[in-house]
Amino acid sequence: MVSRVTDDYLDMITAGCQAVCEPAFWAGFDRSSADGFYDYFCQLTEHEPKRAAKFGLPHFSWLCINPKESEDIKLAEDVIALIPKFLDKPNVLGIGEIGLNKNSRNEIKVLEKHVNLAAEHNQLILVHTPHLEDKLKGTRLITDLIKNDKRIKPERVIIDHVEEHTVQIVLDTGMWAGMTLYPESKCSPARAIDMVEMYGNERIWMNCACDWGISDPLAVPKTAFEMRKRGHSAEAIDKLVYQNPLRFLSQCSKFKLPPA
Amino acid sequence: MTRQQILDLYFMDARCKLIDLAAFIDRVERSAGEEDFRMKAFRQALSELSKGETEKAKRVLMTLSDPTTEPIAAATTKAACGAWPGTK
Repeated sequence: MVSRVTDDYLDMITAGCQAVCEPAFWAGFDRSSADGFYDYFCQLTEHEPKRAAKFGLPHFSWLCINPKESEDIKLAEDVIALIPKFLDKPNVLGIGEIGLNKNSRNEIKVLEKHVNLAAEHNQLILVHTPHLEDKLKGTRLITDLIKNDKRIKPERVIIDHVEEHTVQIVLDTGMWAGMTLYPESKCSPARAIDMVEMYGNERIWMNCACDWGISDPLAVPKTAFEMRKRGHSAEAIDKLVYQNPLRFLSQCSKFKLPPA
Repeated sequence: MTRQQILDLYFMDARCKLIDLAAFIDRVERSAGEEDFRMKAFRQALSELSKGETEKAKRVLMTLSDPTTEPIAAATTKAACGAWPGTK
């Protein structure tokens, strides 16, 4: 939410949102040093929770260097070295969104370092899968890499941005699958519901892209409305939009929501 | 939902997108110059829609995807372009 206006928080609480989970991501430009990430991690763990709290929204975050900035191994190592001192912050859920962007060798090295960090500190993992033509290959590389690290329990990993050609790959690993909803270019509400109808609703959730590009913080409630139009029960909608995220995120003891 | 209900809910939206697609292809074909690999992959993906197979969305996505398995040597750009340059 660091790139969103305050009105978005107002819209989200009005629409019934219960919490915000914000991953560290690319800012739309490359930071020039690890110091830029230090400030960003402070923003995610100190300032942004206060901004969200003004609207009654608990704010949680994930920390990493995004794969779009992982080509520079030295920078990535410097940033990863900063992360442990933030892991005890009360709103940090784990390591994310790590993953791949263009499926390069350096990106894979940095992904391995992040997975190692998560294993050493027993953290949940949130994974970004590449965009468009790179997603299929990247999803296979990522899931293979994580499966090969026996310290990582698959049920403590969510692989995000799945689409029709990658959702089964993820579910077959025992990891969670995340469908990120976009107004354009990626998964639409109708397609997300198609995937739930085809692949089930056990280890799958939906999330809104809320970044500096064209994105919609209310995409999840709009998809819930679409589910109602298709005749899904209130229980089925609640499971997908609330109970499933709650089940995954509650594996981190810091994820606590105020009583409804 | 029944097939009739799905049609009632989504036909107009799909019709609109279909015409947008047709207009896009017309626009490309009216313009000067050669098509690139993206349009080749696009036409290949379109052909998946008339094959009568199931999972058309998945098939279209597969057609537009990089099918290789080895990491690339280095990332020279951050952006994806929507189709794989190696499409035959």
